[in-house]
Amino acid sequence: MAVLHSAPKFASNEGVIEAVSETISVWLIEASEAHGEVIFRVERDGIEKVLRILRETHAYQQLMEIAGVDYPSRPERFEVVYMLQSLTKNHRVMVKCSASEDTPVPTVTTLWPNAGWLEREVFDMYGVTFAGNPDLRRILTDYGFEGHPFRKDFPVTGYTELRYSEEEKRVVYEPVVLAQEMRTFDFLSPWEGADYVLPGDEKSRGAPAVAEPKTTEKPADTGAGKKADEAAAKPVAGGAPVQKDSGKGAPGAPDPTSKEGGR
Amino acid sequence: MSMQREESLTTSGEVISNYTINFGPQHPAAHGVLRMVMELDGEVIERIDPHVGLLHRGTEKLIEQKTYLQALPYFDRLDYCSPLAMEHSYVLAIEKLLNLEVPIRAQYLRVLFAELTRICNHMLNMGAHILDVGAFTPNLWIMDLREDCLNFFERASGARMHSAWFRPGGVHQDVPEKLLVDIGDWLDNRFFQLFEDAMSLVMDNRIFKQRNVDIAVVSREDAIAWGFSGPMIRAAGLPWDLRKSQPYDVYDRMEFDIPVGTNSDCYDRFMVRVKEVYESARIIRQCLRDMPGGPIASSDTKVVPPKRAEMKQSMEALIHHFKLYTEGFHVPAGEVYVATESPKGEFGVYLVSDGTNKPYRCKIRPTAFSHLQAMDFMSRGHMLPDATAILGAIDVVFGECDR
Repeated sequence: MAVLHSAPKFASNEGVIEAVSETISVWLIEASEAHGEVIFRVERDGIEKVLRILRETHAYQQLMEIAGVDYPSRPERFEVVYMLQSLTKNHRVMVKCSASEDTPVPTVTTLWPNAGWLEREVFDMYGVTFAGNPDLRRILTDYGFEGHPFRKDFPVTGYTELRYSEEEKRVVYEPVVLAQEMRTFDFLSPWEGADYVLPGDEKSRGAPAVAEPKTTEKPADTGAGKKADEAAAKPVAGGAPVQKDSGKGAPGAPDPTSKEGGR
Repeated sequence: MSMQREESLTTSGEVISNYTINFGPQHPAAHGVLRMVMELDGEVIERIDPHVGLLHRGTEKLIEQKTYLQALPYFDRLDYCSPLAMEHSYVLAIEKLLNLEVPIRAQYLRVLFAELTRICNHMLNMGAHILDVGAFTPNLWIMDLREDCLNFFERASGARMHSAWFRPGGVHQDVPEKLLVDIGDWLDNRFFQLFEDAMSLVMDNRIFKQRNVDIAVVSREDAIAWGFSGPMIRAAGLPWDLRKSQPYDVYDRMEFDIPVGTNSDCYDRFMVRVKEVYESARIIRQCLRDMPGGPIASSDTKVVPPKRAEMKQSMEALIHHFKLYTEGFHVPAGEVYVATESPKGEFGVYLVSDGTNKPYRCKIRPTAFSHLQAMDFMSRGHMLPDATAILGAIDVVFGECDR
């Protein structure tokens, strides 16, 4: 596909996958290139060794970022993505491994000192632990915070809120009370695979099977009886008053427009 | 600042005591809400433990709840000193996933305003840095220039700071011709007079040099290992600038130089920023000179909303408008990491799309995270007042650091 966008252009990806795959083949699960990004998926236990090889053999000197991603449907739900940059080759690659809550990822603080905070952030937000990180404290959340807020099953509103209490003269933590329901709109087109039934659309896909079909035995059960029909047929008023044409304009009405002059 | 005395016995029996002090979170030189737990031996810093996150708002989580377009204004609120530079990475990331072509005029406009943002950001940072080490006047003068920049942003987008003006596919609206004329006029007749005056007060100033020269020297190797970027890595002597090495938009058409430092101290970081302002002005002039006419947003109607006038006439345009502002556009599944040269360094966006109208994950790579982390080793052995100079030279903004 021809490149039309104007996003940053770094050195060509050509040959990178082959050259790198050869050296990390022991741990490599999958190497791919999509949207102009080279991504290596590797085994969790080998991540430190893979990144060391990338740094030492392939000259990816800088670790720019470590990102956590949560895919709750996967057996190992978290993905840890390392963004590497080569200053000498002017190239970027991503390396990723998967992890679950109780499978620690080997730390890379042994390779880059700035991995310390980046790993702390992934731990704080997702609860992925990093074996060997000497200082794995929370970093962005509040002191004493519980839970891992960026997990997909963590509500956006959180569980606690804090306010200043005039009685206690300090800030107090309380469970979240929402004045109105959290508003989430689903604007996805229903014809593009919504997994719920739209209001009023219940019968379109075959009504749900009912064990005993409902029947009406007495006319009174239908809700509209004879009496109601009679009452409804009775005229309420005597009808609209007949309009009389006096041949004159109503008082205050404008003069009729002349035939020749009107524009 | 609160103090706490810690005493410990050494092997020889004498008592040494370290002070642990709290720098911030409400300290004027903390540049926002930074809390640093400092361990001092007398006035010498032994250890710093920066506590960040006091401004953590969960931007990345909020972005996951919004459509791609609704998420854009969150970026203005990251580094609120250079909002347009934050948007730049995000729109480029979306365009990379969509493989969307941006008209050339829009690219020029983006570069022009990104550079204006750089000037705007450096005015604030340099002013604050100078103020932190004791000089008052230059800050007042160059803050006036920052105000001019904000007025230009207001004339382009309607908002002084939170512009939300870069959009996927281009920019929101075209600028009035007079605005471009005025920017050129401002550079020619106002900006440099005031800027050079202000800089002449500090560049060779004895006190300013005493406070900055040889403070927090970082070797090249350390700068690379700690993931430095922007003026921090350039001050270490590495001519690394993403605008040059990984050009985006029309930066590859621009002629500019990369100023580098020689000593890698706080003074070099400051001077790199001073020189960058001149380079930015050069780029702006080239933009003004070469900017062609034409559309300011992509013609892809599935991403870019139709023009107002078109909507009055065309049913299809009306439908597009409705769909774009309710459902939003869909981005093909995939993941990209796009980083641009923000005034503070590499600002990256790791965008994961699952093919729907909302980002599945949007990880923001703040510049300050790596720099602030190095605060501990940079300030070890320096005096307590040097910490403010080091912090000022990092150029940290907490909206971005804490997200």
